Amino acid sequence: MKRIVFALLMCCVVSLAFAMQPQPVAPNVYRNPAEETRFHALASSLRCVMCQNESLADSQAPIAHDLRREILELMRQGKSDAQIREFLVARYGEFVLYKPRIEPATWLLWFGPLALFVAGGVTVAFIVHRRAMRLDAQAQAPESPIESSEDW
Amino acid sequence: MLRRLLPLIIFVALGGLLFAGIQLSRHEDPGALPSPLIGKPAPAFALPELLAPDKIVRNSDLAGAPYVLNVWGSWCVNCQEEHPVITALAARGIVKVVGYNYHEVEPGDAPRWLAQFGNPYALILSDVDGRTALDWGIYGAPESFLVDARGIVRWKHVGPLTDEIIAHELMPLLPAKKVSP
Amino acid sequence: MLPELGQLALILALLLAALQALLPLFGAQRGIDAWMRVARPAAFGQLLFVALAFGILMHAFVVHDFSVAYVARNYNSLLPIGYCIAAVWGAHEGSLLLWILILALWTGAVARFSKSLPLPVIARVLGVMGLVSVGFLLFTLLTSNPFARLLPMPPEGADLNPLLQDPGLIMHPPILYSGYVGTTVAFAFAIAALFDGKVDARWVRWSRPWTNVAWALLTIGIALGSWWAYYELGWGGWWFWDPVENASFMPWLACTALLHSQAVTEKRGSFRGWTLLLAIAAFSLSLLGTFLVRSGVITSVHSFAADPARGLFILVFLGIVIGGSLLLYALRAPRDDDGAPFAFASRETLILANNLLLTTACAMVLIGTLFPLFADAMKLGRYSVGPPYFGSMFFLLMAPLVLLLPFGPLTRWQKEQASLPIKLLLPWLIVALIGGGVAFVAMPNAPWKYAAGIAIGLWLAFGTLRFVRRRLAMTGQRFTAEMLGMTFAHVGVAVFFFGILLTEATSVEKDVAVVPGQQVEAGDYTFRFDGVQRATGPNYLSDRGSVSVSRGDRRIAVLHPEKRRYEAGGQIMTETAIDPALNRDLYVALGEPIDARGGWALRVYVKPWVRCIWLGALLMALGGFTTSLDRRFRRNAEVG
Repeated sequence: MKRIVFALLMCCVVSLAFAMQPQPVAPNVYRNPAEETRFHALASSLRCVMCQNESLADSQAPIAHDLRREILELMRQGKSDAQIREFLVARYGEFVLYKPRIEPATWLLWFGPLALFVAGGVTVAFIVHRRAMRLDAQAQAPESPIESSEDW
Repeated sequence: MLRRLLPLIIFVALGGLLFAGIQLSRHEDPGALPSPLIGKPAPAFALPELLAPDKIVRNSDLAGAPYVLNVWGSWCVNCQEEHPVITALAARGIVKVVGYNYHEVEPGDAPRWLAQFGNPYALILSDVDGRTALDWGIYGAPESFLVDARGIVRWKHVGPLTDEIIAHELMPLLPAKKVSP
Repeated sequence: MLPELGQLALILALLLAALQALLPLFGAQRGIDAWMRVARPAAFGQLLFVALAFGILMHAFVVHDFSVAYVARNYNSLLPIGYCIAAVWGAHEGSLLLWILILALWTGAVARFSKSLPLPVIARVLGVMGLVSVGFLLFTLLTSNPFARLLPMPPEGADLNPLLQDPGLIMHPPILYSGYVGTTVAFAFAIAALFDGKVDARWVRWSRPWTNVAWALLTIGIALGSWWAYYELGWGGWWFWDPVENASFMPWLACTALLHSQAVTEKRGSFRGWTLLLAIAAFSLSLLGTFLVRSGVITSVHSFAADPARGLFILVFLGIVIGGSLLLYALRAPRDDDGAPFAFASRETLILANNLLLTTACAMVLIGTLFPLFADAMKLGRYSVGPPYFGSMFFLLMAPLVLLLPFGPLTRWQKEQASLPIKLLLPWLIVALIGGGVAFVAMPNAPWKYAAGIAIGLWLAFGTLRFVRRRLAMTGQRFTAEMLGMTFAHVGVAVFFFGILLTEATSVEKDVAVVPGQQVEAGDYTFRFDGVQRATGPNYLSDRGSVSVSRGDRRIAVLHPEKRRYEAGGQIMTETAIDPALNRDLYVALGEPIDARGGWALRVYVKPWVRCIWLGALLMALGGFTTSLDRRFRRNAEVG
């Protein structure tokens, strides 16, 4: 937790350095709740490019204000979420996406855990199978009490 | 036996990755984002000149010769640090240095800053609301771009320029002959 | 003079730790009693000198000794005296010394409460812990000396990081470290068993209570960090899947799997290899966490303590300790995992599945955290991995776990009639589904999450209580502390998931520009902004807002969010104002001033049931503590 502290402090300090003069930073005004919800969902899935572990929704950096304003405008122009993401990636790179797109470079990320789970599952199945076979081989009666003195 | 060695193998691979990470962090600034604009045409813009606000400058006006675009603001502490380097670069006359004044709040601040620290720029674009900066992928200052004669972005640096960076990264990309400023 | 004594104390501690490590370990290999007996006194001696060094450092803060570089960088005279405690572990060097102190305390505790352990076992366990101490003490003395002097001495120090000037953050590092360091004990027992060559139920029984306590402390430590982030950072978030947070979550996941695996090994003799490996993994992940947050390798951990040289040292240390352990495992792990056989329908299978899911989750967090580094190193590009990835993956892995959890306690070892636990639990599954269905229909926004929260909470809670009811109804059977601990912990999981899902489904957030007198509606509540006034604190100036909250006609609270500017460093901090309750938090934070007329940006949140998240964690921790008290662990070592 300490380093999130430092990182965020760095962010605040840097923001301060970048914003010596208070700029008019009025929050967005939304036309309706649906727009607000969509905006919030979209902005939360994007990374602030300056304060690098905050979402675009939360960051107070000046660039975040600019980007939020831009995203709202693009939304009102009728652009879809995918188009807005593409817009940002074209300018800031893949880094701005909090959720990397599924492409060969990110297969390890998206399919790694799945592969591990499958491999682990197969191993578990194998172990259980082998032990169950051994149990059957011991020809135990189905209702026999537990062997050891443990009862739970 | 392989099954029992597997954890060790995985750990060694992990250790290798972390070692690479340390080496990487020595050399680069981990916070700087690489620009996706490299190799692509510079974004189209139409911005007023800082010192002559009635005049609008477009990409087309800058085509034909390479230029370094230097993003700065009077609010930016590191820009002061970098300023002597920019001034020296401009003075060498090898490449045109265009200023990009970013996010200035009060109209008088930038000219005052230039009066105090000197104006090395061939011309200065003024982007107050930051809208055009988004197209360039600018997210702070100082940042510097190199755009070649055909208008393609060749290089970007985030953070203050130093003589070393100019010598190692910028110089190799510039044409050999001198260009009049 | 004193700081030099502090340094000397650390050197002496290092020597004693080396003694504590080398003599007993060799002694155990060779059967030399005299060498083995060195372990306990050496451990106590090390504790003495580490405590002395720590006390001297704390004293340096109390007297404002700015000739000590660490004090000058992290403390100044304006700070309230209480924060001199937090300041000791406010930055890298001091927090390392805290780690060492806590390790020495754990070592001392093991030395003290181990009368029933045979001499070779305690010698090896303390020996391994001594090796870890040596590593950390060397690291501190060589690269991170807290007692280094700063000459000429500055008249005033820098400010303590304002984010640390907070009671919550005073407690968070010690408790979290207690958990991290506690995994050393399980690790030491595992290594001792590997050295010994005998990996049996006994050593697991000895290490179980220690592991449970360590796990409980780790749970509390993480929960504290989350709660602190929630009220301090100002955006109502409580978990960000930040690399630092992930660094603490991974050992927790491994330790949870370890707890369960230890139960199987102790009672059935099975899975010895897995238990050993998990003990090594939990400790390794703690060390890895230490590496990640101090080496500057991960981009978002962009701290000013980032230092490649330190990172390299820790990496080498990691390599020796973990690499060595895994090599030892490869060579000495039990040949044939020949515990008692079991059927498909048995608790063994369920615990295997549980561990599979937890370790996959742990691996997933590791992959997600390190992927940006991997992509950068392999020149694949600059990626960032954040909550959308971690959240969705974690959900996928936890879903089967949640479904199976209540079956565990009700399923017998070795062989169970599958129909029995199903019969016992099916009614409650139906109750949970009905509850979820009702919730789904009743709730207009985010009905899936809301329904899931209700259904999961009901299922886990009732499923666990079904076991309790059944057990209590069995005349003549004891309800042990272990069972009670399990009950607390599993109900804690229920409360935890309930809190998360409901808060995500029903939180309301409003980020608006307001002028004094203006009202904001959020949920059923009305927030009236009454303007901002200047105020002064001991070392800061603040803009103190006033917001009255009411519901209908009833006034609920008056909240005072602040924007503080700390004089020493100029940093600006947001102090949120919260009206807490179990069923909802009302949360207000000041943004920026909008204009000269008194307008401000204000963030207002209504967060139902958010406290359940930390309550759930506390219940889990209570479970861990309760289990550790079970009588079975105090039985004298049985023969064979």
